[in-house]
Amino acid sequence: MDFEPKLVGFLCKWCSSAGADLAGVSRKNYPSNLIPITVNCSGRIDVSYVVRAFHDGADGVLISGCHPGDCHYNSGNYKAWRRVALLKHVLEEFGVNPDRVKLKWISATEGEKFAQTIKGFTSEIKELGPGPYNDARERE
Amino acid sequence: MQEKENKLKVGAYWASSCGGCDVALLGLHERILDLLEGADIAFWPAATDFKYEDLKSYKRNELDITFFNGGIRTSENEEIAKLLREKTDLLVAYGSCAHQGGIPGLANMSDKSTVFDTVYRDNPSTYNPEGTVPLERSEFNGGELELPAFNERVKNLEGVVKVDYTVPGCPPPPELTQNFLDLILNDDLPPRGSVVAGEKTVCDECNREWNKKSIDEFHRPQEIEIDLEKCLLDQGIICMGPVTRSGCDASCPEMNLPCKGCFGPPSKVDDQGAEMLNSLASILQIGEEGKALESEENVLANLPDPIGTFYSFSLANSIFGGKVEDGGNNERK
Ligand code: FES
Repeated sequence: MDFEPKLVGFLCKWCSSAGADLAGVSRKNYPSNLIPITVNCSGRIDVSYVVRAFHDGADGVLISGCHPGDCHYNSGNYKAWRRVALLKHVLEEFGVNPDRVKLKWISATEGEKFAQTIKGFTSEIKELGPGPYNDARERE
Repeated sequence: MQEKENKLKVGAYWASSCGGCDVALLGLHERILDLLEGADIAFWPAATDFKYEDLKSYKRNELDITFFNGGIRTSENEEIAKLLREKTDLLVAYGSCAHQGGIPGLANMSDKSTVFDTVYRDNPSTYNPEGTVPLERSEFNGGELELPAFNERVKNLEGVVKVDYTVPGCPPPPELTQNFLDLILNDDLPPRGSVVAGEKTVCDECNREWNKKSIDEFHRPQEIEIDLEKCLLDQGIICMGPVTRSGCDASCPEMNLPCKGCFGPPSKVDDQGAEMLNSLASILQIGEEGKALESEENVLANLPDPIGTFYSFSLANSIFGGKVEDGGNNERK
């Protein structure tokens, strides 16, 4: 059977989650591989959430927030930006391909961009193959 | 205090450790005599001549308390941990290695065969022309010899048995050990499962001044002249204080050394290293905000050993527990 990646997405409530909703109501087509989790702000996403996601069987993790300058809480997305930079550095040391983490700015009006992002990310991860803890899927 | 006729039976054991924790117990100096007033030592390989057979002969929970130091590296470590669990009422993870795997846990970044190659073949100081490595079984003089198995990964004590109390530190400071002994002797212990140290972070006990709250460059301690009054993080030195449990009176920062995190994280933190990345990201100034990542590589270049820096003591107890293989079926803790 073809490898269907399991993706986890942390979307900020004010922009990206609304962008995902827009993609839905505009009936955009995109793969169903992403499990979206709404958080208040991309700055709320702990590095450990992402590591946990991989540990629990994710093959890729998307972090998405408001565009730079637009964060509802002013600077949360800049924090997320720096966290992701540090996280990728450490993930690589751990042996996990840093491309398994993607950071994207998606606003509430960008339903199309959301759909494209999920399409692109799904095929990138398909290319990379299963993540570090893929037994969860095999047990299903 | 227990009656003399009804003395506490105390045990101590070393698994995969450096021996420092046993020395730390002796570091109580004459105060250890107070302990011996109220307690009998019933098993302590580092200091007395008890054998495993003696331990096996004890009844279930015959030992009131056992101080277990060291991580679980070999099948012997694991076997004795289980045996001690059975024979002990209160099992104490004593020191960083039993608590979190400690420094030996850093070997989880390499697999077993790489560890063996480094230790027995490739180290410049190793002379081993026949390439002898320890084997679990070998023939000798017509008989068979057996050695404990070297496990694939280091685990902490909690990784193999239930732990009742943890006294953290590399090694635990004498005051902390003394305080714990007082709690035992006065029958005043906190609920089982507690880590018997502070509930805040090292920063909370540190006297350095913290005001800049931003870093634009990382430095290693030997590279700069350290200001004695100011926060080490403010000076670009990675100090694990913000994500490390209090209880040591910030003894390293007080001595001009960054905290390495030996007490492990405070109770609610899942992964000490990941938590440090969170904190660092909050104060890291890479370029101006908005153009944040332009110079990312320069900043990170001065972070040569991220795992050794952020997971010095906690790697074996972290979410990944060590190096993983992309696309592999890595074993969960
Ligand atoms: S609210 Fe969207 S990133 Fe902060």
